[in-house]
Amino acid sequence: MSQLLRKHEAKFAATLVIDFPRATLEAPTIEKEEATKQEIEMPWNVIVHNDPVNLMSYVTMVFQRVFGYPRERAEKHMLEVHNNGRSILWSGVRERAELYVQQLHGYLLLATIEKTV
Amino acid sequence: MEICRQDQALEIRELDPFLAELLRQVPESAQPNDSPAAEERLFSAPAAPEEKDLCSEWKVYVVPELRRLFQSATETVRQDLQQLQCTDKPFANCTLRIPLAHTDAWLSALNQARLAIAATYQFSDHELCDHYRSPLGSRRDLSLFQVNFYGFLQEFILREMEGNT
Repeated sequence: MSQLLRKHEAKFAATLVIDFPRATLEAPTIEKEEATKQEIEMPWNVIVHNDPVNLMSYVTMVFQRVFGYPRERAEKHMLEVHNNGRSILWSGVRERAELYVQQLHGYLLLATIEKTV
Repeated sequence: MEICRQDQALEIRELDPFLAELLRQVPESAQPNDSPAAEERLFSAPAAPEEKDLCSEWKVYVVPELRRLFQSATETVRQDLQQLQCTDKPFANCTLRIPLAHTDAWLSALNQARLAIAATYQFSDHELCDHYRSPLGSRRDLSLFQVNFYGFLQEFILREMEGNT
């Protein structure tokens, strides 16, 4: 009986030894999760750059349409683009930022996305 | 030339042959054709060059979609411009009716044309702000006049759209 027990214990111990490396192999998954978390913590900015051709009234209209901003806020951003050369219109997750940039390009504005520093 | 709102359309009346010809050139001017500068401006990069993956995916998936969008707008404008093909009196003033439903297409096509022309001729900020410059002289001057004339039309359309909301 005790021999059989010892045999099982040995087998169990062997299983533990065999299983241990598998546990270490799963470690990179945790690193990946950390990277995703980091991406969420570091949002992307949607930036519109100055362009001497696009009309100020047109740019204001585009900001209202794309972001749903009220006229005052849209004008504030438009003037920021005009005076400072660029304005951050929106910050958040990358997919949505890309979608906004695509819409802005559809209206022919000079727009880019960049990671927040 | 007189621009006014008439029911569900914008009307450009008493359009002289010179301005009518400039309007006829909108769809053609909106095409980047052989101008790499115009192509680069109409289909600008979505991020800094360091974001290589994003920029290359953009060219594959987004640029063709944008090209279709821009072409659809210029095609609508091209159809509206058929009104200007008056054969009985070729040098007479004419009227162009832009249905309100087409104003977005007009805004886009006029913008494409203005950006493509400005990129091709590399107009400076100073030139673009100089509205008293004579259009006579060179092809460059005429193109600058074209950019300003299209801008004037855009401004009018925007004002009417705003009044409509």
